[in-house]
Amino acid sequence: MAEVLVLVEHADGEPKKVTGELLTLARTLGEPSAVFAGGPGTYAKAKPYLAEFGAAKVYVVESDDVADYVGAPVAEVLAKLVGEASPTAVLIAATADSREVAARTAAKTESGLIWDATAVSPELVATQGIFGGSTIVSSKVTKGTPVIVVRPNSTAPVAAPSSPAEVQVDITISDVAKGAKIVDRVAEAKSGRPDLTEAQVVVSGGRGLGAAEHFALVEKLADTLGAAVGASRAATDAGWYPHQNQVGQTGKTVSPQLYIAVGISGAIQHRAGMQTSKTIVAINKDPEAPIFEFADYGLVGDLFNVVPQLTDEVEKRKG
Amino acid sequence: MNIVVTVKQVPDTWAEKKLDAADKTVDRVSVDNVMNEMDEYGVEEALKIKEAHGGEVTVVTMGPAKALETIRKALSMGADKAVHLTDDALHGSDALQTSAALAKVIATLSPDLVITATEASDARGGVMGALLAERLGLPQLTQARKVTVDPAAGKVSIERLADNGYALVEASLPAVVGVVEKINQPRYPSFKGIMAAKKKPLTTLSSGDAGLDAGSVGLAGAGSTVVDAQSAPPRQSGTIVKDEGDGGVKIADFLAAQKLI
Repeated sequence: MAEVLVLVEHADGEPKKVTGELLTLARTLGEPSAVFAGGPGTYAKAKPYLAEFGAAKVYVVESDDVADYVGAPVAEVLAKLVGEASPTAVLIAATADSREVAARTAAKTESGLIWDATAVSPELVATQGIFGGSTIVSSKVTKGTPVIVVRPNSTAPVAAPSSPAEVQVDITISDVAKGAKIVDRVAEAKSGRPDLTEAQVVVSGGRGLGAAEHFALVEKLADTLGAAVGASRAATDAGWYPHQNQVGQTGKTVSPQLYIAVGISGAIQHRAGMQTSKTIVAINKDPEAPIFEFADYGLVGDLFNVVPQLTDEVEKRKG
Repeated sequence: MNIVVTVKQVPDTWAEKKLDAADKTVDRVSVDNVMNEMDEYGVEEALKIKEAHGGEVTVVTMGPAKALETIRKALSMGADKAVHLTDDALHGSDALQTSAALAKVIATLSPDLVITATEASDARGGVMGALLAERLGLPQLTQARKVTVDPAAGKVSIERLADNGYALVEASLPAVVGVVEKINQPRYPSFKGIMAAKKKPLTTLSSGDAGLDAGSVGLAGAGSTVVDAQSAPPRQSGTIVKDEGDGGVKIADFLAAQKLI
């Protein structure tokens, strides 16, 4: 069976959940080969996880050259492997960093690129929801090796233990790929909450919160549910919450099991980033808010009463 | 500083976007078209860097004849000149082809800095900055929420957005910088700016003028093809309840019934 390359999504070796999703998807397309590119000594942390999710092989590159420069070095690694292993496809997570790597890989290998796929058939037909999910497109790469960028939360990760063969990739990263050097990484929020795009539950706040400090209500509910915190553009424009947390047309696209919109009207800008969520709950005091047109459960009321009560109730039922 | 900024004309954010029934490309005919909103941040950043360090801002776009409106907007904001790559043969080009075509044009301008926005609201690829860096062989400083240029030292650094903060990234000029929304406050064109824009130099290039191989551009040479496109079934509205003082409990009941808690 031909190989399917999966770029391992990780933070200093700690694998992200989407990696398990990609390996699960790859198993339906061919023989999954994980590609791990990280700093020295980081692979050990990812190794057991990659075996748990059925990687048949792991290509490993551990060096500062792939960890400390933006985009280009990892694309060089992938392009080299595409050339040598002739895989059926390359699967890459739809994160801000990795989609850039995917694009560069497609350019280097003169391949077609599909982004934001939510499903890929064994015939390599990818499904995408475009225009904020209002149109469903099936498309197929017609050139080179399909490079397919897959949305987190598209496939349920299923374990399939394996004993992957390890292949150290012999590569020297070119000087031109080392143009943009990461000289420092600064953490501004150490929340311990799940990543927004990976979270199973997202609680987002909008204009109805009225002030930055009221986001504490949203955070408390989120923490009770083990959820990530999102924000509408109105809220980030007002400076109430960081831009990184913005959900919508010019922010992140999320597709969790449960999305709770607090004080968000649900205009197209926001809707485009969350309408593929499995279940949508909305709390808004305006009965005419567009969000009620597509929420599964809508509560017309004052969020300052409803949200604390909901938080207490969830806490109580957790026992 | 010789600065190039790329812009794209897209269907209005608030318009309902569709694919053309015949060739499954984005329908740009039946809707109002505007400058991609994110690109305004790119133009503004280019103008700010020019104001701080001197130089010239050249707007580059690829798109149909009416994309000229978007060029005019960038010029009326204050850009100095523009290049419009336009040709029916380019219709249907994908991001990879577009990046190759733009890179070819941009290379002839020998910029110190190429500025792009993070994504266009129609395709939402978020890849053009990376692709231009790849094609031009320049450092990729994308996802920038802050840009600092030091022309004397020939350096540029950015704060690159990360999930929990940012990365400080440095490169030598020339470089490609991709800016995120909220990096600045894009200016509105003044009346004077609008009048001046009409007299600013504009170069219009066909794909042949730009030295592009006819087989490499357009729908036929794209790297992927749309097999099928359907409107998504609209989401139905569910249960809407008015809060009677027990709204939080009712939501919890709903979540429990759905096995979500």
